[in-house]
Amino acid sequence: MSALPAAPRQGRRAWLLSNSPASRLQARLGRAYMVWLRFSANGLAVAGLAIILLLVLVAIFAGLLAPHSPTLGDLAGARLLPPGTPGYLLGTDDQGRDILSRLIYGSRLTLFVVVLVAVIAAPVGLLVGTVAGYAGGWLDAVLMRITDIFLAFPKLVLALAFAAALGPGIENAVIAIAITSWPPYARIARAETLTVRNSDYIAAVRLVGASPWRIVLRHVMPMCLSSLIVRVTLDMAGIILTAAGLGFLGLGAQPPTPEWGAMIASGRRFILDQWWVATMPGIAIFVVSLGFNLLGDGLRDALDPKEGAQ
Amino acid sequence: MTDALRVDRLGVAFDHFHALRDVSIRVARGESFGLVGESGSGKSTLLRAVVGLAPITSGSIAVDGEVRAGQRRSRAFFRKVQMVFQDPYGSLHPRQTVDRLLLEPLAVHGIDGAEARIRRALDEVGLGPSFRFRYPHQMSGGQRQRVAIARALILEPEILLLDEPTSALDASVQAEVLNLLEQVRRDRGLTFVMVSHDLGVVTHMCERLVTMRHGRVVEMLTAAALATGAVSNAYTQELLRASKGFVRAG
Repeated sequence: MSALPAAPRQGRRAWLLSNSPASRLQARLGRAYMVWLRFSANGLAVAGLAIILLLVLVAIFAGLLAPHSPTLGDLAGARLLPPGTPGYLLGTDDQGRDILSRLIYGSRLTLFVVVLVAVIAAPVGLLVGTVAGYAGGWLDAVLMRITDIFLAFPKLVLALAFAAALGPGIENAVIAIAITSWPPYARIARAETLTVRNSDYIAAVRLVGASPWRIVLRHVMPMCLSSLIVRVTLDMAGIILTAAGLGFLGLGAQPPTPEWGAMIASGRRFILDQWWVATMPGIAIFVVSLGFNLLGDGLRDALDPKEGAQ
Repeated sequence: MTDALRVDRLGVAFDHFHALRDVSIRVARGESFGLVGESGSGKSTLLRAVVGLAPITSGSIAVDGEVRAGQRRSRAFFRKVQMVFQDPYGSLHPRQTVDRLLLEPLAVHGIDGAEARIRRALDEVGLGPSFRFRYPHQMSGGQRQRVAIARALILEPEILLLDEPTSALDASVQAEVLNLLEQVRRDRGLTFVMVSHDLGVVTHMCERLVTMRHGRVVEMLTAAALATGAVSNAYTQELLRASKGFVRAG
């Protein structure tokens, strides 16, 4: 009885781990499966992935999960209620808004910031780094000096300056964070590019007659991707904290948007008497940052960049 | 008839190190030409200079009578000249399947009928279709070198440059790969320029050869002369003695 459902699973596993795949798809899936096997062997990494998946699900189903409105509070009857009050699991803030609902809706903003920054900053850094590393010469010098200039500023201060110049708001905060977070990616991509640019397999592609763009985009970039993915994932926590910091300073999301950093900022005024107003979003930031860090660590082991060398 | 490859007074320098000085060789069409010499004698550099991978400081290279100077090579050049690298563990992209690797030359040159060509290329080097979607790490050294040969042959070049194609492989696999190379040369009428530090391999494969040392050509001789030991130059005699000495000790 129990052997029956196991048989197709064994077959699928053998199919994935096959040493002589029969199609492009099978080869690619097999490779992905190897990464998953290494990743899933790491319990903490899976915990991190679970936290991030939970965040995504909460963000998607915020409308269904949240018991109250995130922006409209009950000013007359529900101001600053402590956690555990019936109907208000995590308490309410000074406007009588349910903190749990605000956290649930705030997950959307957090995810929005993180995804957008990653989508903007990582490709820019990857492109700058690989082009600089592959081209060398004056182009390398120019691109890397620009990178150095950006790296010379403390990240939050530079983001503050951009956010102040662009005006407050969550979109501008995202742009400001993206502008300040690409330089480290460019450095990593360049370092990886330098290690592969003189390898025989890149020389072999040159001997095929491929253009430099083709070589950079199709042959060099894939070699830089895994270390970049790891780095971006590990940086997610920092991005969330920077976004929260900008929100805290009033340059990120504007009230009444339920952004976690802004929530801490508004709870600061009564932190001694109504501690939960600032603490709850703090815990949320902490948990999500931890999730991204665990995920990044797990990915580093699973995507081991040295794997390609064997 | 013009030479398939003519190298004239070629000089290559990396910063201030002169890897090649005044090297001249002529390779006739359909010939198998050997380059031998100790490590660092510049034999691999000569091949790399021909395909534009080494900085040429003086002299010229002519393929089919067409002169190429500097490091730039046209796309058409690579349809005539291809190279097989020494280390099959380093010359295949670790993130690409054999299929992707063989598709790339066809895509770059806009050659159609890729499906059939890839299958034929694998067939020619003695790898079945089961190897088509493997990654390099799923293959042995000999199989990888066969893939590298298939990649070089898929553009149907006239000249194949071989940079110690078997020195990273163990003895039995070495013979297989050499036989394969011999086979494709006969089938396609290719011109070979082969670098090796193994005199046995060169006498087996090549009709003529030059010995190189410190970036210069020391002597030009035929494989027959090498086999009978009829060499005049002291360095070549030394190389010959060294290779025999190794055989005797073994």
